[in-house]
Amino acid sequence: MAFLDRGARSLLLSELVSGLALTFRHMFRPAVTLNYPYEKGPISPRFRGEHALRRYASGEERCIACKLCEAVCPALAITIEAEPRDDGSRRTTRYDIDMTKCIYCGFCQEACPVDAIVEGPNFEFATETREELFYNKDKLLSNGDRWEAEIANNLALDAPYR
Amino acid sequence: MPKLTVNGIEVETPPGATVLQACQMAGVEVPHFCFHERLAIAGNCRMCLVEQEKASKPVASCAMPAADGMVIHTDSDKAKKARKGVMEFLLINHPLDCPICDQGGECDLQDQAMAYGFDRGRFEENKRAVKDKELGPLVKTSMNRCIHCTRCIRFATEIAGVEEMGATGRGESMEIGTYVEKALTSELSGNLVDVCPVGALTSKPFAFVARPWEMKKIESVDALDAVGSNIRIDARGSQVLRVLPRLNEDINEEWISDKTRFAIDGLSRRRLDRPFIRKDGKLVEVSWQDALETVASMMKRIPGERMAAVAGDLVDVEAMYALKALMGSFGSGNIDCRPVGVALDPSVRAGYLFNTTIAGIEQADACLLVGTNPRYEAALVNARIRKRYLKTGFKVAAVGPKLDATFPVEQLGEGPEAIDRWTETLKAAKNPMVIIGQGALARPDGAAILARVRKLAEETGMIREDWNGFNVLHTAAAQVGGLDLGFVPGKGGRDTAAILKGCEAGEIELVYLLGADEIDTSRLGKAFVVYQGHHGDAGAKRADVILPGAAYTEKDAIYVNTEGRPQLARRAVFPPGDAREDWKILRALSDMAGKKLPFDSLPQLRKQIVEAHPVIGAVDAVTPAAWGNFGKEGPVDPAAFVYPIEDFYRTDAIGRASPTMAECAAVKAGVAPGTPMGGKTGTHG
Repeated sequence: MAFLDRGARSLLLSELVSGLALTFRHMFRPAVTLNYPYEKGPISPRFRGEHALRRYASGEERCIACKLCEAVCPALAITIEAEPRDDGSRRTTRYDIDMTKCIYCGFCQEACPVDAIVEGPNFEFATETREELFYNKDKLLSNGDRWEAEIANNLALDAPYR
Repeated sequence: MPKLTVNGIEVETPPGATVLQACQMAGVEVPHFCFHERLAIAGNCRMCLVEQEKASKPVASCAMPAADGMVIHTDSDKAKKARKGVMEFLLINHPLDCPICDQGGECDLQDQAMAYGFDRGRFEENKRAVKDKELGPLVKTSMNRCIHCTRCIRFATEIAGVEEMGATGRGESMEIGTYVEKALTSELSGNLVDVCPVGALTSKPFAFVARPWEMKKIESVDALDAVGSNIRIDARGSQVLRVLPRLNEDINEEWISDKTRFAIDGLSRRRLDRPFIRKDGKLVEVSWQDALETVASMMKRIPGERMAAVAGDLVDVEAMYALKALMGSFGSGNIDCRPVGVALDPSVRAGYLFNTTIAGIEQADACLLVGTNPRYEAALVNARIRKRYLKTGFKVAAVGPKLDATFPVEQLGEGPEAIDRWTETLKAAKNPMVIIGQGALARPDGAAILARVRKLAEETGMIREDWNGFNVLHTAAAQVGGLDLGFVPGKGGRDTAAILKGCEAGEIELVYLLGADEIDTSRLGKAFVVYQGHHGDAGAKRADVILPGAAYTEKDAIYVNTEGRPQLARRAVFPPGDAREDWKILRALSDMAGKKLPFDSLPQLRKQIVEAHPVIGAVDAVTPAAWGNFGKEGPVDPAAFVYPIEDFYRTDAIGRASPTMAECAAVKAGVAPGTPMGGKTGTHG
């Protein structure tokens, strides 16, 4: 009997029909794929993307050159040099991150006592040359200026869990 | 010998020890801030509280004399609670600015707060604010951080001997300062930075430059004076960032002079980093090959007796040995390591050493200074004399212009005639000593003065089996090494003065200056001058060929200090640019000149040096030198002595290239702009 059953199924193309039925069913369901780059998935407020150096509302840069991020960085991607600024305050003269070395562990933002260095929500910073991934202080500060709204929002959202 | 129990461990302490020292002997750590083993006991930080059985309250162990039968607990609940409480009080007014504090990472308060403190603060009120004080170009203050341990005050009064720091106000309004706003006048002021347990006093030139964990630490010795202080060089990449003292009880204890500590920014300025040849009156960059070939061809052409070499103040033993061998192979005896012409010769080693040794000063009970101002010539010898003076029964007298010493000095007179005026006191003393300086030796009658002082030493019982009170205080790190090697004119050779005379007369055609900037370069006449050294100073200015060498932080080298103690300097960074270690340059030159020196590596070279001069092999030890007949009796010029160092901060090429040292010198001279003590006051019209 098993022979008859199998013969009838293959003659009536039942497997094909059920497969196509699934396909047609999915045509009327909402799509699970994204049309990147026109669509983007949601990301957590804790997402660790491209780095940025933040400023205070007054425009003063936050970083005080304590070098804790440099010390904690497991990939040795951060290089800082500092000296007294004209007003005597402690500031960096150089703040470099080698994004090709960075492993995006987020230790730098954890170590930062003033929330200056943060990993923002941006993950679309691919470049054409390797050199463009050696970020300097200007680049990091401009990142901070560009992403400040999102970063501040993310920090506020994450604050209850800290 | 009191016996006491610390945490169940029985210890026996020497009489006069404190409970804190007893705990340390038992291997128990007691946290403390104000206690410092080289300073007087203050007992005001209260961090060292321990529990003593049968005492009603915790006792401050640093100020409590150890007594027989005491039972001490350092980890009982009572002791722990007391410490926690003290720490909380200290942190009430201490700002939490560790991230911007230069002491961060090497801070006693930070460490001890982690180990013994409470994990949160209960103090809600405002912290107190204190105005920062101006202590000159070396020490930066941040008085909010001060915990009033008074170590700085005690250091300034006791060790440095300048009573310039103190505390005003009491309780919450207590402030540490200099009473009047002015720079510290001590040569040891940099040590305040080390003494301060928090970040209240930090190094100004080093401000915000680096964190302690970033730097490579190399143990070396200093070459900027003849003391040979033991130092730790902190370097990052190719730059020396900081110099700290290293403990050596025999030499510098745990202090170093400001020059040793802060002149290092001169190491990255005015450096000779590639070879130069003078063409049409201008120095032109050339390759090593060209430079060495030029020198070698000159050396081949000129007969040995028409060549001369002078070694300067910062040169190491290896380089001098190599140069001596090279000049010897050309048959030239015109070599000298005494650029200022001191009347010392290598025949009797005891005749040019600090025989008493620096630590030995503490055994002396009378000291005669002849033509020397140890405060500027060797700040740490001066500190040791002051240390001896602070104990009782020590007399010091000086022959020379009035000293601004940090201990009472009897001025005997200004010139050599006063040398014998103190004979009775020296005779009466048990361990008398005399220190003769470059001010007495670097004059035409230096040998006669040396002979006179030797005679005085012999007459007053300074030379005994168990005691040698005759001391020569050098100012240059290279001097003793050079004399030990016999880097002096050979048979029929010329000394520095004769070399210069020969140059003027055209009898010397080639002069090899090995780091020699102290000679009068205007007298070099038409001679072909080769300068091998690390800084573009007087010697390089006159040179026809410049061979760039390495400074003391850039080579493994031997230096012999004024006591005759050979010590090893180690390379902290590589020489800049094309500069090379000095002995290598000389070795390469000898090859090109066809007189190849018989060594290829530093161990080989050192082996040869030690074979020829065994005293240099006894690294870190002082080999007692046999007494003999030295000096040359003769007429003595009654003119007053002139101390060799006028400007403590700029005695050598490195100091002269250092902006920090320039600032210090300007402040000292009272001309620094913007500093409170400099410039004009309102009364200047």
